[in-house]
Amino acid sequence: MTPTPTAPSRPPVVALVGNPNAGKSTLFNALTGYHRHSANYPGVTVDVGRGPLRGSAHPIELLDVPGTYSLAAASPDEMLVCDLLHGRMADHAPPDAIVAVLDASNLPRNLYLLSQLLELGRPMVAALNMSDVARKRGIDIDAQRLAERLNMAVVPIVATDESTLPPLRRAIEQSLNQEASRVRADLPEPLVAEARRLAREGGSGLSKTECLRALLDRDGATPQLFTRGGGKSAALDEARQRLAAAGVDGAPAEIRARYAWIHRLIAEVVQRTAVTRGVWSARVDRWLTHRLFGAVFLFLVLAVLFQSIFRWADPLMGLIDEQLIGSFRQVARSALGEGLLGSLVADGVIAGVGGVLVFLPQIIILFALIAILEDCGYMARAAFMMDRLMGLLGLSGRSFIPLLSSFACAVPAIMGTRVIADRRERFITIMIAPFMSCSARLPVYVLMIGAFVPRADYLGGLLTLPGLVMLGMYAVGVLAAIPAAWLLRSTALRGGSSAFLLELPAYKLPRLRAVWQRVYFASRGFVIRAGTVIFAASVLIWALGYFPRSAATEEAARAAAVADGAPAEDIDRIVAGALLRDSALGRIGRFIEPAVAPLGWDWRIGIAAVASFPAREVVVATLGIVFNLGDEEDEESPALRTALADARNEATGAPLFTLPVALSLMVFFALCAQCASTLAVIGRETRSWTWPVVSFAGMTLVAYAGAWLIAAAARALGW
Amino acid sequence: MSLARTPAMTTVRVSAIRGAGATATRLMEMGVIEGAEVCVLGRAPLGDPMHVRLGDWELSLRSCDAELVDVRPA
Repeated sequence: MTPTPTAPSRPPVVALVGNPNAGKSTLFNALTGYHRHSANYPGVTVDVGRGPLRGSAHPIELLDVPGTYSLAAASPDEMLVCDLLHGRMADHAPPDAIVAVLDASNLPRNLYLLSQLLELGRPMVAALNMSDVARKRGIDIDAQRLAERLNMAVVPIVATDESTLPPLRRAIEQSLNQEASRVRADLPEPLVAEARRLAREGGSGLSKTECLRALLDRDGATPQLFTRGGGKSAALDEARQRLAAAGVDGAPAEIRARYAWIHRLIAEVVQRTAVTRGVWSARVDRWLTHRLFGAVFLFLVLAVLFQSIFRWADPLMGLIDEQLIGSFRQVARSALGEGLLGSLVADGVIAGVGGVLVFLPQIIILFALIAILEDCGYMARAAFMMDRLMGLLGLSGRSFIPLLSSFACAVPAIMGTRVIADRRERFITIMIAPFMSCSARLPVYVLMIGAFVPRADYLGGLLTLPGLVMLGMYAVGVLAAIPAAWLLRSTALRGGSSAFLLELPAYKLPRLRAVWQRVYFASRGFVIRAGTVIFAASVLIWALGYFPRSAATEEAARAAAVADGAPAEDIDRIVAGALLRDSALGRIGRFIEPAVAPLGWDWRIGIAAVASFPAREVVVATLGIVFNLGDEEDEESPALRTALADARNEATGAPLFTLPVALSLMVFFALCAQCASTLAVIGRETRSWTWPVVSFAGMTLVAYAGAWLIAAAARALGW
Repeated sequence: MSLARTPAMTTVRVSAIRGAGATATRLMEMGVIEGAEVCVLGRAPLGDPMHVRLGDWELSLRSCDAELVDVRPA
């Protein structure tokens, strides 16, 4: 086959393809200098990374695709790789060349994928990554000999060592002008003949390689591609019958033939000078996955993870809140005055967006810890140890990692479920992930607990009541997820348990750069969200609370306050309250008040909850706006906490926020689907409207019921 | 004997893979094929899944999936 001619407008595209944990993403980062997340957990790479090859004479674009063990796709991630390599993606032509990234310390399994890549008929380069580790373990690979056997460039590299990469760069450039290797693994002759025949006569428009997959992967997506492309399923069935008659037992025959070819190849090019496996890693594992110590260590890791959210982030959050946002608001007020614009900027934009940016330290700490756990290889062990427990919910250890990162944010977690091959398992994980208390729920917890939960110490200060209530809020989400998973498993997503095959990569020191990239992307996404969604929501809520602003209402309220003999310093506050009551927001609030009254809420709390449906972080901003802080706040003004404690029930004059009300608001936020981004990502990942609707309706219902229950229970206990 | 019932720290050799379902196929693709050497390293704290070494890399799999793999002493 001749090299694919490339249009002058488009640089040639080279895809990096390899097994999970082969160091593909690290290599991609090194070759492009492009900031791209990679993690030491099978298949964390989601979506396709792109970047220019640095140091090449002509522009070349590199693609980083998810790791896969085989082109017989099982998971959505693996299907993405196949679609991309076969040129079935709408906005990507098939790559002009392929770099097979092989883990040199584990060659046979890596060559399995390479044997399939050969059949794509594209120019290829084999990058023998981790050649240093291989050498240390006594695996001596004759790269020259392997290159001759495969008829392609084979370059030993260490992806983390820049000095080993120039030969690979040259090989990639040269591959684009070379013919594809004609070397093929010897598959059983009847199999090759049937695939060829299907490609020629099947009428599906699929290539011979794709027809081979359609023939062998009965449960995969390729047979559907075959029939959708116009192929007759009868032709497939007949070909399968002929194969069976010839004694070729489908996929197992293919796999045995490939491994037979691989073992012949290995015998020629690999010398074992010693048999030393990852001794260090195995020794660590003996402790970290030990029956007792392993479980204790996992518990400690999780404890530190959650502790860090509160203890380490808190001082930073206070700093941002008081120093940065407080002074911004003052500057805005003094520069723009008390009028419309000043109110919009200080009360709407800065209070709203700032109230959310306060949580940036938490996002950074949580994502950094999760990235470290993934990069060093511990996350795979955590999945391994949690598999049995997750199995009780009809899930597997694979679901543990997305669920854990849901405590930071459900959006990347839901995208991370693409490594789960089983559809039911993946969908259940997606549906219960939003129940985990994400960092956006913290504002409510921190505010409510700080204001309304009395300080009490137990066990000599080791446990505090506020700390226990906080823990309880996290537990509420987890406890709600269990029946939710069970319900889904026994209704819409019914089915037997699926397999759990997870590679446990050797431990290594986490790479600072990989962790930094992960944190950077998470924080950037968060800030962008604060600048767009939250910004828009803040402005909208401010506007609904500000308009219509009739002079008549203002005069009437002022006159009434003066007539009541209210002290001068309270008059402005009373007037502002009357204006809010009369605003669009106030009218909506009073309209929905009957619905929230059973929870002990008044219309203002109801408004705060309803306004938070697009993004739950909005609640703090909304509470600030509706409890009249916006109009009053200056350096000496009471914090939002005190304003809430001072708020009175408009009818009875009793304190509005009692402990039951505060608890019910927290439980509502713990369980409710108040996040447009999450619902959107559920829709995208499940490719349906049904699931986001089910998630929204179900979680809102559960949240309302939970909030009612806790309020009723707290009142019954006389709190 | 099945891999599922192999005691910890024992090395065995795969003699057959039962069935051609998705799990059996993926196990084979990962290198669990006839003649491959498997060392059972241990089990998770709750007794399942198993932790095995396959040549130069390590895999965890559930006992129910390991039932698909017949082994004999190495």
